Amino acid sequence: MADARSTVLGRIRSALADRPAPVTIPRDYHASRPLGDLLALAAERIADYRAEVHAVTADALTSTIAARLAARGARRVIGPVDLPPAWQVPGVDWLLDSPTLSIGELDGSDGVLTGSAVTIAETGTIVLDAGFAQGRRALTLLPDYHLCVVLASQVVGTVPEALARLDPLRPLTFISGPSATSDIELDRVEGVHGPRTLEVVLVTDA
Amino acid sequence: MGTNPVTWLGTPAFPVAARAALGDTQLRRNLRKATHTIRDKRAKAVEELPDWQQLRLAGEAVKDEVLSNLDTYLERFEAAVTARGGVVHWARDAAEANEIVLRLTRAAGAEEVVKVKSMATAEIGLNEALEAGGVRAVETDLAELIVQLGHDRPSHILVPAIHRNRSEIREIFQREMAEAPASDEPRALAEAARRHLRAKFLSARVAVSGANFGVADTGSVVVVESEGNGRMCLTLPEVLITVMGIEKLVPSWRDLEVFLQLLPRSSTAERMNPYTSVWTGVTPGDGPQQFHLILLDNGRTDALADRAGRQALRCIRCSACLNVCPVYERTGGQAYGSVYPGPIGAILTPQLVNDMHDKQAASLPYASSLCGACFEVCPVRINIPEVLVHLRAKAVQAKGKRTPEAMAMAALGWVLADPKRYEAAQKAGSLARYLARGGRISALPWPGSKWTAARDVPAPPAESFRSWWRRTRG
Repeated sequence: MADARSTVLGRIRSALADRPAPVTIPRDYHASRPLGDLLALAAERIADYRAEVHAVTADALTSTIAARLAARGARRVIGPVDLPPAWQVPGVDWLLDSPTLSIGELDGSDGVLTGSAVTIAETGTIVLDAGFAQGRRALTLLPDYHLCVVLASQVVGTVPEALARLDPLRPLTFISGPSATSDIELDRVEGVHGPRTLEVVLVTDA
Repeated sequence: MGTNPVTWLGTPAFPVAARAALGDTQLRRNLRKATHTIRDKRAKAVEELPDWQQLRLAGEAVKDEVLSNLDTYLERFEAAVTARGGVVHWARDAAEANEIVLRLTRAAGAEEVVKVKSMATAEIGLNEALEAGGVRAVETDLAELIVQLGHDRPSHILVPAIHRNRSEIREIFQREMAEAPASDEPRALAEAARRHLRAKFLSARVAVSGANFGVADTGSVVVVESEGNGRMCLTLPEVLITVMGIEKLVPSWRDLEVFLQLLPRSSTAERMNPYTSVWTGVTPGDGPQQFHLILLDNGRTDALADRAGRQALRCIRCSACLNVCPVYERTGGQAYGSVYPGPIGAILTPQLVNDMHDKQAASLPYASSLCGACFEVCPVRINIPEVLVHLRAKAVQAKGKRTPEAMAMAALGWVLADPKRYEAAQKAGSLARYLARGGRISALPWPGSKWTAARDVPAPPAESFRSWWRRTRG
């Protein structure tokens, strides 16, 4: 008996004996479109998911981080190995992922602070790609509170613009608001397994 | 070949199952509320995009391109996954896929797996197969958990527990969970699920997922979800096993720009779902260090061989067609007897079963009024009514020449072939008006009774057009 692989490929080839005509993919959907002030739109759309957004200038970034963590009462806060030292505000017990933090340490923390790779204004989506100031995927998953820094230069308008900036060979996580479910009567409620609180610091001049 | 677990053993044909479902007023209330909520929200989410129709056309074309060259794309995908440290397996049918998962789980020394919601694994009956092999499968999606804990069957593609309302869900949780939910508020129920599953996530060694998309060029796999249970399963365990239907590919990374717009707006009516994960093979130091990908046929190549029916393989499982369907809204999903209910189920299930002598599967193409609402909302433009009619023809052919319907059609053909015979038949037929009350006939003798069991027949006029014409103009 032939192996599964050649059987399935053989079935496909005989199913396609009619060799359907080659397909031209129409690409006249909008790769980008005029969306006005992208930062304002991003802030509005992220907030629509009931995430809190704080738009600040670069000189107020550290003080905003300190204020948000204090307001949350977060004392033990996770960060990726390359978390900028300036973001590691005093008064907080910083747990950087080196040596690798255990699942228990991540789960037992009060929150996590990271940067991000790309933000899609139209959909209010923040994408992490394990690049600068983001770390591995588990860091932003187990803590119940995620404070995320988005720089103006990282904000694009549409989904196609975002994908063009991203490398699919890196592990990617697209985040649109806190974890949520529509499983009860098809009505959205926030807060299931992922972080139940997402706060975003949008740096408008960086 | 054995029976395909895509349909549930022992489920009656659709008309019988639908009759029972229609008698359940609670079910109808729950469904009406849920489908109407999501319908309005979807319309708003779609309206926001000025290029929605262009996106649909692109989505249709991308999927058609993949299907037309599926062998090439699968080989390309396999090579890319392998190059990045993944192991690719092929499964001809459900039994073979289940066997592979069980073998890999045992090899990892695990007695329990955590599962991301996946239609492919529901289709192949993976949970039951694992159970039989001594491995517990824990569903972690909220709706799947409700179905699993309620010892129930799914009734919707996206929200398998859509037939349950909040108070029914609370009852199930109270019965099955160590800590009962505080109230029947959705927030409290979600909190109960979080507590119930937390320890399982943190200790799981093996996870099983499906896939929404696979990118042929790069070997990347995409899972779209809401709750974060997907991220838990895709990130924390040591071993990840992904079961993916062979039709789930897109050619390149760029093509996802179409589907990441079409899918969330069509399915949960959001601009974007809360979480989408993309991974390629194994990333050292981040996520599972063993990745197995199972490419599943299980009837898909049979559907591919059908020129008119193969468009069903474009489906991205958004469930928009269920939410707008007047039949689904009234009968619910379980009456379809398959994990794929609603309009898409009515064309996909019979093709995966690929046996029109199976009475239950052959009844599904009739579970529609052909109103066309499903085609209108389908993000990849599957012409569901067209395929329904095509499959009805196949179902009739499979019945052979000796059924009452076939004999009646043959007799009709004989009558219509000759004007004299036709006129004589009209005269005889007009006698049927004596059976009518108020211009309608609600009970004909056999075999006409098969028709009047479900619908009335208008009473024939006393005089035919032909004889009236001859009398007045002749």
